[in-house]
Amino acid sequence: MSIPLSWFLILSAALFCIGLFGVLARKNAIAILLGIELMLNAVNINLVAFWRYLDPAQMAGQVFVIIVFAVAAAEVAVGLALIISVYRRRNTVVADEIDMMKW
Amino acid sequence: MTPVQIVFILCAVLILGSALMVVSTRKLIHAALWLIVTLFGVAILYAILEAGFLAVVQVAVYIGAIAILFIFAVMLTRRELRDKSPQLRKNWGAAALLGLLAFAGLAFLVTSQPGVGRTAAAMPDGLDTVQALGKSLVSPQAYLLPFEVVSVLLLAALIGAVYIAFTRKS
Amino acid sequence: MVGDIIEKLIIWLLPLPPLLSFFLIILFTNRKKALSHRIAIGAAGLSWLGSMFVFVRALGIEEFGKTVIESTVNWLPTGNTWFQVGVLIDPLSTVSVFFVAWTVLMIFIYSIGYHNFGQPAGDHDIMGLPPHGATVQDTKGQKHKVMSVEPMYARFFAFISLFAFGMFTLVVSNNLLTLFVGWEIMGLCSYLLIGFWYGKPSARDAAVKAFMTTRIGDVVMLLGIAFLYSETGTLSFREIFRPEALRALVGKITPVFGLSAAGLIGLLLFIGVVGKSAQWPLHVWLPDAMEGPTPVSAMIHAATMVSAGVYVVLRMFPLITADFSGHELTPTMSVIAFIGAFTAILAATIAVAHNDIKRVLAYSTISQLGFMIAALGIGAYVAAAFHLITHAFFKALLFLGSGSVIHGMEHGVLHTGDHLDPNDMFNMGGLRKKMPVTFWTFLIGGLALSGFPLLTAGFWSKDEILADAFGHGRLVLFITLAVAAFLTAFYTMRQITLTFLGQPRTKAAKHAHETPWTMTVPLIILAVFAVSYGWVGIPENFPVIGGIVPNWFHEFVGGTLAERPEPLPFNIVPLLTSLAVALGGLFFGWVVYREVKSPQQDNLQISLLKNKYYFDEAYNFLFVKPASWIAEKFSYLFLDRTVIDGILHAFARTALSLGHIFRNYFDKPVVNGLVGDGTAAVVKASGSGLRRIQAGRIQYYMAVSLAVFGALAVLYYFLLA
Repeated sequence: MSIPLSWFLILSAALFCIGLFGVLARKNAIAILLGIELMLNAVNINLVAFWRYLDPAQMAGQVFVIIVFAVAAAEVAVGLALIISVYRRRNTVVADEIDMMKW
Repeated sequence: MTPVQIVFILCAVLILGSALMVVSTRKLIHAALWLIVTLFGVAILYAILEAGFLAVVQVAVYIGAIAILFIFAVMLTRRELRDKSPQLRKNWGAAALLGLLAFAGLAFLVTSQPGVGRTAAAMPDGLDTVQALGKSLVSPQAYLLPFEVVSVLLLAALIGAVYIAFTRKS
Repeated sequence: MVGDIIEKLIIWLLPLPPLLSFFLIILFTNRKKALSHRIAIGAAGLSWLGSMFVFVRALGIEEFGKTVIESTVNWLPTGNTWFQVGVLIDPLSTVSVFFVAWTVLMIFIYSIGYHNFGQPAGDHDIMGLPPHGATVQDTKGQKHKVMSVEPMYARFFAFISLFAFGMFTLVVSNNLLTLFVGWEIMGLCSYLLIGFWYGKPSARDAAVKAFMTTRIGDVVMLLGIAFLYSETGTLSFREIFRPEALRALVGKITPVFGLSAAGLIGLLLFIGVVGKSAQWPLHVWLPDAMEGPTPVSAMIHAATMVSAGVYVVLRMFPLITADFSGHELTPTMSVIAFIGAFTAILAATIAVAHNDIKRVLAYSTISQLGFMIAALGIGAYVAAAFHLITHAFFKALLFLGSGSVIHGMEHGVLHTGDHLDPNDMFNMGGLRKKMPVTFWTFLIGGLALSGFPLLTAGFWSKDEILADAFGHGRLVLFITLAVAAFLTAFYTMRQITLTFLGQPRTKAAKHAHETPWTMTVPLIILAVFAVSYGWVGIPENFPVIGGIVPNWFHEFVGGTLAERPEPLPFNIVPLLTSLAVALGGLFFGWVVYREVKSPQQDNLQISLLKNKYYFDEAYNFLFVKPASWIAEKFSYLFLDRTVIDGILHAFARTALSLGHIFRNYFDKPVVNGLVGDGTAAVVKASGSGLRRIQAGRIQYYMAVSLAVFGALAVLYYFLLA
């Protein structure tokens, strides 16, 4: 493979920062979760790149990625369930309006 | 410019472009669909990186399950009027700044490491990544325990999600 | 040798059985009447046995007086030496122990009958008041009242046991300290026993009066003891009476009236005796002490306690007469003689006007003690000792006899239902037929008291006193005592005539009957002594019968002194005077009073005499009222309420105002306001300011945390890495 490692890393950094922007700047709670998904994918890219470029014989990289998949899935499931529950109660999915835990 | 690099660049453009669409489009359902495109691009990337199993799992789990879940959630929390209003918060500028700064920092960090521009060595002969991955996931000396713990985590998430979202018909 | 050790041990143990009896009765057998009196009489019997043993042994000792039985122990360490206490049996204490043991035992036995042991419990008898009789039904269904048993029966025996302990201690002790201990114990028991029926206010007052009056004497006596100890460094009799010690005491002149130390100490000790033996001016307590039960009057106020005073003068005789040469009386002795003679005649004059059978005997006791004191005042040692012992016997006999009479009268009162004073002689009369044993023994006692010649002990002892007074040329004293002896015989015969002779004057007297054997047997035994004891002291040169039996008493008791006193040559004048006053007094008493049936017919009911020369009223005015006034107005209202309470209230107010200041000027503003509320306000303000950070919006949190994290990472990278 002739692609330098740094290309993958910069790509994942960019993806991560786009996801970060999405998390910090979007109103809708589901959109925030979308941003989180982007960030997780960026992490995955990083992991796989490092796996391939440093030691492909060691399966730790891929195992880590699989675990990240599972965690992301779990998190999305629970997060969306929470959002739906909150939506039923307060009839809103705007994150700024869900501010009950405050002073 | 080797053909692989060109493929990579195209893939990167796809990913980043669709990611930008995810975070900026007004209609949420479009954002979910753009997410599917992004995920697909990441799967291609996995394939370039010779992690075939992961590419397939990406498609099957992320696109097939998580993205579908997003679409369902969007459908369940849809409000007619809300889709028209701007979807970015008032301080999106500060967020963008933060994001740019983060990117700058990360990029600087990455490129300042020695040996980061190297190319990948060839895959070892006879390494069947899928088989090796499978063995490592089920062998106690390898990653059986994290595997089982993750399955417990999924169970807990499952129960939790059901419990949280459950409506009691009163 | 072994005999000596046993002897000394027995002497030490003489006071012990009554003391044990006291504790046993008080602690354990207070509810059981029979057991209590058995313990008491057993104890008195044991002491009696010991006393007789000691008496017999002492009789057999040669030159007894120079050699004595003495035993001491080291008791109190005093610097380099020890203060020793011990027991001493010399001739004086031998005869004293003899009469004390006999009279105590007789009175204990008498008390069983006096307190009506065996009779039913009274109808409404309560502890603290004399028993009032019980109603019994006989076989025919008829109800009549009989005498009831004393509710506080066991307590009485406990107290008289304690008293016996005190008297024995006093008699056997060899030093002034344990003598004083016995003295005070008897004073306490006197108080307890006079006030035995504590429910009667008159008894309570009499007990306090007795204690207070004797206390005055006791304080002065203690001064004398202290002075003696400081001069000689010892209180043991044998050591004080050594010739060198006595010379030193005589030689030292004190600033008090120019008396020598010996004279001053003698005077101070004598004042204690004035209190205890009820001499003028401290005589006022003895008549009132008749409020106690009759055995108490007999024991304490006739036979033993008041005799203890005379015993002390007898004991300290060498000290009192240390600077006496035989002619001119020393100042101390003059005082003693004067008080003794004055008291003798004063009390005799009062006795002729009183109608209570016990009061007459009380004044008679005071008068007879005056005789003994007067005798000692002129140096008639043996005569005084002789009269002391004979008086103990016949006066105890007379008191017990009067108790028997009163019992008989009370029986009559209960039978007839009359409410009259059973003690009043004018309610009696003709009792010689109803109570023969009492009559004959009382008569013997009365004759002994009057000095009936030859047959009674009183004659021999009284005659010796008069002979001694005359023989040494103390004519004023002689005449005074002779007049007092006449009055004695007179009022005694008055008493006997009114009580026993003639016809019963009331129905109660008609129904009187003789008392049980526990009361009459002691009377008989004491009567035997009242008759026979005189014969051990017949002077050698008495006409006709003198010399048949040696004057054992004179030889024996005279040996106590360093120089045995010489018997006086016989003189007919005192003998004739003695016969004249005794027989004359008896005759006149009988003649005058056999016609008198009521107080109105009695010419001698002079109010001055009936009111005892108003001494009680004078003391009340001079001493009691001022003391009450001082206690009320000065000690209580002024010192206690105004001064002491005032100081305490001032302290309280100061503390309160200090507290107020601290609270309002320090606690509230500084501690509460500044420290407490101030801190709270700061926390509250900062909290309300800082809480706005927690806006509840997640994206805000995330942005902030990312910014901070980034900043920290930059910091880390540039500064540390």
